[in-house]
Amino acid sequence: MKIHEYQAKEVLKGYGVPVPRGRVAGDSEEARKIAEEIGTKPIVVKAQIHAGGRGKGGGVRVVTSPEEAERAAKEILGMTLVTHQTGPKGRVVRKVLIEEGVQIQREFYVGVVIDRSKACPVVMASAEGGVEIEKVAEESPEKIVKEWVDPSTGFRPFQANKIGYGLGLDPGQVGKMRGILIGLYRVFQEKDCLLAEINPLVLTQAGDFIALDAKMNLDDNGLFRHKEMAALRDLNEEAPLEIEASRYNLNYIKLDGNVGCMVNGAGLAMATMDIIKVVGAQPANFLDVGGGATVEMVKNGFKILMSDPDVKVVFINIFGGILRCDTLAKGVTEAVREVNVKVPIVVRLEGTNVEEGRRILNESGLNFAVAIGMKEGAEKVVAALRK
Amino acid sequence: MSILVDEKTRVVVQGITGNEGMFHTRQMVEYGTKVVAGVTPGKGGQRIDEIPVFNTVTAAVKETGANASAIFVPPAFAADAIMEAADSGISLIVCLTEGIPTLDMVMVRDYLRKRGTRLIGPNTPGIISPGKCKIGVMAGYIHRAGSVGIISRSGTLTYEVVDQLTKRGIGQSTCVGIGGDQIIGLNYIDLLELFEGDPDTEAVIMIGEIGGTAEEEAARFIEKGVTKPVVAFVAGLTAPPGRRMGHAGAIIAGGKGTANEKMAALEKAGVRVVRNPALVGEEMALILAGSKK
Repeated sequence: MKIHEYQAKEVLKGYGVPVPRGRVAGDSEEARKIAEEIGTKPIVVKAQIHAGGRGKGGGVRVVTSPEEAERAAKEILGMTLVTHQTGPKGRVVRKVLIEEGVQIQREFYVGVVIDRSKACPVVMASAEGGVEIEKVAEESPEKIVKEWVDPSTGFRPFQANKIGYGLGLDPGQVGKMRGILIGLYRVFQEKDCLLAEINPLVLTQAGDFIALDAKMNLDDNGLFRHKEMAALRDLNEEAPLEIEASRYNLNYIKLDGNVGCMVNGAGLAMATMDIIKVVGAQPANFLDVGGGATVEMVKNGFKILMSDPDVKVVFINIFGGILRCDTLAKGVTEAVREVNVKVPIVVRLEGTNVEEGRRILNESGLNFAVAIGMKEGAEKVVAALRK
Repeated sequence: MSILVDEKTRVVVQGITGNEGMFHTRQMVEYGTKVVAGVTPGKGGQRIDEIPVFNTVTAAVKETGANASAIFVPPAFAADAIMEAADSGISLIVCLTEGIPTLDMVMVRDYLRKRGTRLIGPNTPGIISPGKCKIGVMAGYIHRAGSVGIISRSGTLTYEVVDQLTKRGIGQSTCVGIGGDQIIGLNYIDLLELFEGDPDTEAVIMIGEIGGTAEEEAARFIEKGVTKPVVAFVAGLTAPPGRRMGHAGAIIAGGKGTANEKMAALEKAGVRVVRNPALVGEEMALILAGSKK
C-alpha cells in the first residue's frame, strides 16, 4: 500500500526526522490559512498524489505570500496531473501540502528497501539527491553507499557512520545524518514497510538536515498489525473496479485490452494474459479468483468483468486440481445467468470430473465455447473476437 | 527418483485442526504420504482420524520421529510456527501459508540459516515426489513418476505444466513450489543443485515470473554448474510495471524484474525459454526425445 508524502512526513516526524513545517489542505482557503500560520517566505505548494515527478508535471509551486499560496492551491487542486509514473490518464489532485520553503545547500538520497537476494533490509544513500535512485544505480552505481542490515541486530550506529563518511560528510554532518538514518530505519522496521525513502534529504544553508520529500510503501501483509497505517489508505488513488474487487478479496488489475480474463492463481493468471498476447489479442485485466476458485469468487469475478465496458470476450481459465469441475461448471452457469453476461465466454476447465463439467457447460444453452487446454482456449478467444 | 521428500519422509502437520490443515492432511494421507503427527497448541491429546495431535512440535518429533513439517497456520502466527519446527530439529519445513509479513520472513530466514534448516515457501503449493510423498495442496492425480524436475514460483501454473507433461506420458521426479513471496526459503539455485545431483532427474523445468532477480541468479548458476537440460517459462510479459500481480513477490519495481530481462538472462545461459505457456510440455518432449537419440 502506498501513502501520500504528507502522511509519510507525519510518520517520520514521529521518529525524530526533521521535516518542513506545514500541513495538508483540501481547499485553497485552508491553504492560505496554513501559509499564514507558517509565517515565513517562501511557501511551497505541493500536489499530493501517489506518484513521483510531480514537479515536472506542474504540481509543485514556490510562492511568496499566503494569497499566492491560495491562488496556487486553487490551480493545482482538481487538476489532472500527468507524470511519468501516473500513466497517460494522470491523477486528479485532491489535496495539497503547504510547507515552509527551505534554503538548500546540498541534496541527498536516503532509503531503505528489502534486498530479496540477501533476504535482509538494505539502507542506501547517495549524494545525488532529487534523482530517482534507479537512475543513479544505472548511470553511476559507484555513487550509492549501501549497508545491509543483520536481522538479528538491526541497523547499527556504526553503519550510519559508514554511510555518512561514505558520502563525504564532515563529522558534525555525519552525527546529524546518523539520527535521520536510524529514525528512517526504525520507521521501516516498525511500520512493516517495503520501502521508506527521503529524496531529497536536504542539507540546508544553516547546516541542518531536513526531509524535503518522503515516500513509503507498506507491506500489505503487515497491515493487520498497523491499524493506524491501514487507515491512511486513499481510495481516490485506486481504480474503482480494483476497490470493488478488493472488497471481494479478488486480485484484479485493469489493463488496456479487451479480453476479460478470469483465472485461478496468480501465476496462471499472468500466463493467461501472456498467451492472449501470443495469439495476437490483448488482455483487459489481471484477475485471480484464488487458487481454490470457489463458485462465490467466480460470481464476484463476473460482476467485476462485466462492469468493464472494454471487455468484448471473457476467457475463463481454471485449473482446479482437487477442485470438482462439475460443481464449478454449475457455478459458472449460475453466475452467467445471474450477472447477465452478454459477451461470448470461452471456458477452459481442468480438474476432477472435468468431463461432467464440460457437459454441463455445453448443455447449458448459454454462449459458451468450451476449450480443451490453454492453447485451444486462447485460439477460441481470438475466433470469438473476430465474429 | 526424487529430491528432498520420498517414501521415508515422516510428516507433522502444524495447524492440523484447522479447516485447511485437516482437509489437506486427509488428501496427503490418501495420496500415501506418511503423516505421523499433528500440532495445535492446546489440542494435544486429540486425534484427527488416527493421527495423534500434540501441543508442541518438539513433543511430536519425540513421540513420532517426524522429520518434515507442513505448516497450515494463519499468517500472523506462521513465522513462529516455522521457527518452532526448526527449533525442534525438523530438517525440511514446507510452509503453505500465504500473507506472512515480509519482515517476519527476514527474521525467519536468519533463524533458519543459523540452524541449517531447509524451508520450502511460504506461499507455495508445496512439494511432491510423485508416487512417494506429497507435502502440499496440489492434486496428486495429475502427477506421474518420472524424470523431469520442476521448480516454480507459482501454484496453478505448475499444475498446468505438470498436466502438459503427464498427458504426454512424461513423468516428474520431484515438483517444488518455491513460493510467490519476496523472501522465500530454498531458491532456484538450491534446487537446481539438488536436481543436478539426482541421478534420476534427466531435465529440469523452471517456471519463473516477474519480480526480483532470482531467475537471473539461477541463469548464472546454470551457466557454470548445471549440465542437465533446462526449459523455462517466465510469466508476466504483459504485466504492467509497479503493480503487484497477485503474488507478493511478483512486481516490476523501478523498471527491474521484467520478464524480458529474465528470459534474456536464461537464454544466454543456454536455457530453452518457451514464450507460450501452453508449449512447455511440448518443448520438454522434444528435448527428451533429442537426448535419447
